[in-house]
Amino acid sequence: MANTTHTTIPTVPEVARRRAGRGGGARRPVTGPSGRARRVPRSLQGWLYAAPTAVMVLIFFVVPILLVVQMSVSDWSLFAGNRGLNAPDNFVDASQHRLLWPAVTFTLKYTVITTLILLGVALGLALVVQESTRWKNGLRTAILVPSALGLASASLLFYALYSPQSSPINPALAALGVVDRPVSFLGTPDSALWSTVFLIVWRFAGFYMLLLMVGLQGISGDVYEAARIDGANRRQIFARITLPLLRPSIALCTILCVTGSLLAFDQFFILTKGGPDNSTVTIVQLVYNMAFAGQNHLGLAAALSVMVLVALLALNALQFRGLRGRED
Amino acid sequence: MRSIARPGVRRAMAGIATAALLVGGVAACGGGDGGDPAEGDGGDDTAASPEGVDDGTTLTLWTRAPLEAQANLLVEAYNATHENQVELTITPNDDYVARVGAAAGSSDLPDLFAADIVYVPNWTEQGLFSDITDRISSLPFADDINQGHVEAGTYEDSQYVLPFVLDLSVMFYNKDLYREAGLDPEQGPTTLQEFKEHALAIQALEKPGVYGSFFGGNCGGCGVFTWFPMVWASGEEVMNEDGTESYLASDAAQEVYAVWRELNEADALYPGAAEETGATWTAGFQEGNVGVMPYPATLLATASETVDVGVSGIPGVDGGVATFIGGDGIGISKDSEATDQAWNFLAWLMSEEAQVEVLAQNGDVVARTDLVDNEYSQADPRVVTVNEVAGDPNSRTPFARNFQQAFNATDSPWLTLFRNAIFGDGGSVEEDNEAITEVLSQ
Repeated sequence: MANTTHTTIPTVPEVARRRAGRGGGARRPVTGPSGRARRVPRSLQGWLYAAPTAVMVLIFFVVPILLVVQMSVSDWSLFAGNRGLNAPDNFVDASQHRLLWPAVTFTLKYTVITTLILLGVALGLALVVQESTRWKNGLRTAILVPSALGLASASLLFYALYSPQSSPINPALAALGVVDRPVSFLGTPDSALWSTVFLIVWRFAGFYMLLLMVGLQGISGDVYEAARIDGANRRQIFARITLPLLRPSIALCTILCVTGSLLAFDQFFILTKGGPDNSTVTIVQLVYNMAFAGQNHLGLAAALSVMVLVALLALNALQFRGLRGRED
Repeated sequence: MRSIARPGVRRAMAGIATAALLVGGVAACGGGDGGDPAEGDGGDDTAASPEGVDDGTTLTLWTRAPLEAQANLLVEAYNATHENQVELTITPNDDYVARVGAAAGSSDLPDLFAADIVYVPNWTEQGLFSDITDRISSLPFADDINQGHVEAGTYEDSQYVLPFVLDLSVMFYNKDLYREAGLDPEQGPTTLQEFKEHALAIQALEKPGVYGSFFGGNCGGCGVFTWFPMVWASGEEVMNEDGTESYLASDAAQEVYAVWRELNEADALYPGAAEETGATWTAGFQEGNVGVMPYPATLLATASETVDVGVSGIPGVDGGVATFIGGDGIGISKDSEATDQAWNFLAWLMSEEAQVEVLAQNGDVVARTDLVDNEYSQADPRVVTVNEVAGDPNSRTPFARNFQQAFNATDSPWLTLFRNAIFGDGGSVEEDNEAITEVLSQ
């Protein structure tokens, strides 16, 4: 789930806008020069071009969302199906669920930790890969390889690595004399959280490094040269040149990472199942549990999904606004 | 929580009403569909022979991964001797409910599907199975079929489910380790205290990688399967008869938690007990690294490949034995269009041929009391032990409508209870028990 959200955020307008800005100054309006003369056929043509996408969006996005909204206001059980409207019971029940606030808190905590670490590591890697010349290609590949692995497969791999029964880590640590008792990677709330964060950083650092590298390469060498002639040192160059000019890329990465982390599911579903003691239940996992593990209440799960959707839309709108404000 | 209790009750009532309507509605649809004319509700049972129809139909059958070995053996044996062919689909344990639920919603259930027996009451009530009351009573040995399973699948005096594979929990112990520790390899623990002593004795060998015992400490279903019998064997119950009130703070239950707590504190548990979610809880014993632990009897053949396994009943506080009569029940789905053919499989499944020549030969427990003494079970004293335990009056198939939510779910209050009791401060059992009752009584 996190995977899809990591890749479906529309980056195209972003890129297009930036390109337009670089090429021809502040050429804001998108309407072409000939648009005024043949407006009707042109707009019809436009609709035709957009139609295939629109149909796909309608079938695979709008219709399912409407279905979820319908579920959220209905007494809809997994086995018995729709048993009629009951609004707003599901929303009331969902907001009173005993695990809702722990899940919200944990998801936010996880999101903040993941985003900070992941972006920090990715930026560091991007700078390293950018600077070093000799090992550049090998390094890039090595860092990117985990991104080629599905998140579920990666989680299973780490499940084996963390498992007390099959883990090669504990015997290795014991042989080195680092620990005298086996480390329990998933046994306590904190260790489970950090073990999962480690997996996610390993899995996604390469992807975000790539995004940031594109941003870095977009910064003209002239600016650096000018800064160096002015006598700026490395730290100053990084703080005054690289970071400000990299802002759009960082903002994009932040949006992707925040959205992806708020919707975290696979990794926790496979590694911890929300345990120990419900300490790692994320919001999406709560949705899953309501629907399939116990209550089997699709209506309740849909109500929570709708609430999450609204919250995410608001958050993304805020983020995009902040991003746009900065660019202007 | 208080404010939602009322809608909850209303919803439950509506659920029961709808389920009843659904069952009726589906049966009526069968005739009206214009498909097989023999499919209507009434004509169905009178026209069909007790053996059903074997005409080369392809039947679909779903089950979950823990019973893969038995399911494969049964399906192979059936396909080899019948015109009908069964296509088996196995789903990982954790995904099975979601899969069945999705199929039920879109009327895509297979002809036959098995269900963890603890979910059967709920699924039956929701109308996922077809009524097979008359067909079951047409079997000459109907009264000998395992009653725990049949009762779990009985709703409003109609029967929907037969036992597919019985899975019992028994105490497994490693005979080699028992010999090394100076314990009697022919005698497993007969009380909870003995179980603890045996585990500690094996721990005291201080063999690298070898531990006294193990349990799935983050796995509600494992706790249900292996610890409920300890309570039953002590002569107490885990729930009231309707499955709406939890008794898991009783003296016997507290004694069970205390024993495991001691084993945990003595570091006599195979590593990872606290985080074991159930995926690998049987692995340590199978590797020969665990001395004695409650274990599923269905894995006797598998475990015996690597370990010299001894079997005894799961003991209570002061002796006695009991087992959790678990496993899967199987029924014909509400969506099946080949009910007579599907019944042919079920009728064969109950036959001596399937029970003895397939299941018993594999070292499994038979689902018919009149076949308990058969040539295979007599050849292996361990299977005799398992069968004896299964027949013990203390053995049960627990019944509760909200079983999954209360016990098996990853966020179940039962999991909270025993984790607090074993790994926590141990002082919240009463309170946590009330949380279970709250879910059970919804």
